[in-house]
Amino acid sequence: MLDVLNEQLVMGNQEPVAFDHDCREGICGMCSLFINGRAHGPDEAITTCQLHMRRFRDGDTIVIEPWRAGGFPVIRDLMVDRNAFDQILQAGGFISVNTGSALDGNNILIPKHKSDESMDAAACIGCGACVATCKNSSAMLFLASKVSHLALLPQGRPEAVRRAKAMVAKMDELGFGACTNTGACEVECPKEISIAHIARLNREFLIANLKP
Amino acid sequence: MNLNAKIPSGPLAEKWSIYKSTQNLVNPANKRKFDIIVVGTGLAGASAAASLGELGFRVKNFCYQDSPRRAHSIAAQGGINAAKNYQNDGDSVYRLFYDTIKGGDYRSREANVYRLAEVSNQIIDQCVGQGVPFARDYGGYLDNRSFGGALVSRTFYARGQTGQQLLLGAYGALNRQIAAGNVIMYTRTEMMDVVLVDGIARGIVTRNLETGALESHFGHAVVLATGGYGNVFFLSTNAMGSNTSAIWKAYKKGAAFANPAFVQIHPTCIPVHGASQSKLTLMSESLRNDGRIWVPKEKEDAEKIRAGKLKPTGLPEEKRDYYLERRYPAFGNLVPRDVASRAAKERCDAGYGVGSGQAVYLDFKDSIKRLGKSLIEERYGNLFQMYEKIVDENPYETPMMIYPAIHYTMGGLWVDYELMTTIPGLFTIGEANFSDHGANRLGASALMQGLADGYFVLPFTIQNYLASQLSVPRMDPAKRPEFGAAVEASKDWNSKLMGIRGSRSVDSIHKELGLAMWEHVGMGRNKEGLEEGITKIKQVKDLFWNDVRIPGKADAMNVELEKANRVADFLELGELMAKDALLREESCGGHFREEHAMSDGEAKRDDENFKYVGAWEYAGPGKEPILNKESLDYEFIQVKYISRQLIPRNARCVE
Repeated sequence: MLDVLNEQLVMGNQEPVAFDHDCREGICGMCSLFINGRAHGPDEAITTCQLHMRRFRDGDTIVIEPWRAGGFPVIRDLMVDRNAFDQILQAGGFISVNTGSALDGNNILIPKHKSDESMDAAACIGCGACVATCKNSSAMLFLASKVSHLALLPQGRPEAVRRAKAMVAKMDELGFGACTNTGACEVECPKEISIAHIARLNREFLIANLKP
Repeated sequence: MNLNAKIPSGPLAEKWSIYKSTQNLVNPANKRKFDIIVVGTGLAGASAAASLGELGFRVKNFCYQDSPRRAHSIAAQGGINAAKNYQNDGDSVYRLFYDTIKGGDYRSREANVYRLAEVSNQIIDQCVGQGVPFARDYGGYLDNRSFGGALVSRTFYARGQTGQQLLLGAYGALNRQIAAGNVIMYTRTEMMDVVLVDGIARGIVTRNLETGALESHFGHAVVLATGGYGNVFFLSTNAMGSNTSAIWKAYKKGAAFANPAFVQIHPTCIPVHGASQSKLTLMSESLRNDGRIWVPKEKEDAEKIRAGKLKPTGLPEEKRDYYLERRYPAFGNLVPRDVASRAAKERCDAGYGVGSGQAVYLDFKDSIKRLGKSLIEERYGNLFQMYEKIVDENPYETPMMIYPAIHYTMGGLWVDYELMTTIPGLFTIGEANFSDHGANRLGASALMQGLADGYFVLPFTIQNYLASQLSVPRMDPAKRPEFGAAVEASKDWNSKLMGIRGSRSVDSIHKELGLAMWEHVGMGRNKEGLEEGITKIKQVKDLFWNDVRIPGKADAMNVELEKANRVADFLELGELMAKDALLREESCGGHFREEHAMSDGEAKRDDENFKYVGAWEYAGPGKEPILNKESLDYEFIQVKYISRQLIPRNARCVE
């Protein structure tokens, strides 16, 4: 729909509306947009690029806004700067393993249910819908998905304490709000990531602060 | 042009070890004296940038997206191969090597492919170490699925999101190096050109996509990891931004472009449903195991269906044409994917297509009747759901519609064993190079190649080059005329585009190019068609340079200018693809020349005349490019010609 609008604008010698998009199959996380008051529009478990016009009635007026959150400054039109997410992950959202130094993959046994749960969290595409929909503009679901993904795996344990602390500190520094458990993020998450992961993050964070 | 592949001597299985133990290395204290530019942050780019950063090099990494995590590797579904033999089913490095060479229809280099198979196991270990949540069995061990119908189960996977998880692993490693200050990340930045100093790659020109500012960057070496060029067809399974510009600009600066005609088409994509559509979505080919493919027998029925006057479920059995079962009774719906793709196009072109006219039915009615809905749901539930989301039809009740689509490009910049192009100091890794997949790529091998190049090959081979560059000082782009001149050239190029002020949008011209490519340089190619294609592509190119309209300014954010830059390069590449396809008078892998087919429609390879890599050399504007040939000499395996009727369908399968 935005392609059609932009084609019209270009033909009318106007500049097209800037909006982020890339893979158009719901996995790259580049697309954003608040549509009719909902992150990624009026449908469940999808990104904006997977939202079809058949969800609207002929003649409807559609209201499109960019993500609105202190942590995501608007660059232009519908395009926002989500660099803060990269910065949060740079603070510790990884396992420190140099190329070539890993053990054989089967030396680390991981119970299937743990591995599956880790995968549930790792499905996060980093789109920012959780922040955009949260009344506090909290990035807790995003953070929790990464912390939970790594904390559930034995490989991620050695750095778990440092990771939770550093990532939360970075999130606070970048101006994201606190979590008040409203659960809106979970509803709008295109990958249906559960707020149970936020509970795990809180536990990890608490342990991190109890340890010296 | 000198196409010296620099393959180390020695037995096949020892070449890589011999290379590593005799190559030049850069000592730890000297590593920080080197700047390396890496363009692209997909599996190849991110893994290379992270690994080089860990080693202590100073790395600058670029991507056009807003974050490195969004590169299109993220969309890969199926899995990644490795010769671990965890299943104890007889897999080995040699077997993976052999399957890859054979899958590529004997059009790839033995030594490179063997090395790929050799490092495949380390990739899995590395990814597990990074926390990639690969599927596990109940004992906690890594699980495998069989894929591409290989005789062994060697594919590691993370649900249907393997590419995403591997990329997040590489992105994590990259983030760690960014935090450590070893890698400087430039997002929303597109490469405009390569800068050469005395014929050696020393940097790049970039455009900041937020501000439109042109900048130049110095590197002792430049690594391109910019992916494939499938978007030359406009509609493909690639991301919107995937483009050929980086490797095309390198080609125009002297890097040879190898086998541009080798593209892979996937038979089971969701068909085009409207003129405003911008991309295609792939569905797993496994669907053909239980679905039956058909179109109406009578054109009138097809017309009624297209007009919405007749429902497919309302068409009686005797009026349906199960054309694959009819033509290929032995294999039926499980014919090789290129045969299935071409047959679908033939039926649609003849007027029997459904949907928009460019689609055929894939019907599960009989399987549901035979096996029950619950079993079908178990096997394909997620795919049916995906289909329903996109098409808004329930495939349990009405047949699915499918159509082939462009998926992967095996061609790319020519590289030697060290992954260096014909420009000294310019390296190319991942899908952007041509090196490992020959004329066709096996399933679950793209992820393997991207990570092999980035983690385990380039970080070694680039040092052999850099060791000779110790005396080259870090250059200040502001003080070197070559950088200034390259920036000016990019500026002029942009001004030229902006100055056209025509009446056509970039997309509308790109669509025309895509149609010409699909029609003439698509899955079934012949001499007349290719010649006509070249003429058409030239016409579209003229149209573009005379009538494209780009609003806005060059020195500010300008999405239309970005697109125009990419399409300008696609127009030139498209012509080269057609030329390459025209010259290659044989059918091999993804390249099918209708003149060179068996009586049953099977591909007919010509090893006597075409067992070579076709590396094209740019000769200057308006001049015919020059074809250089790298002969493929198989020292260690016997080149066989097996009629594919004997090979299981999935041996050529890709996801």
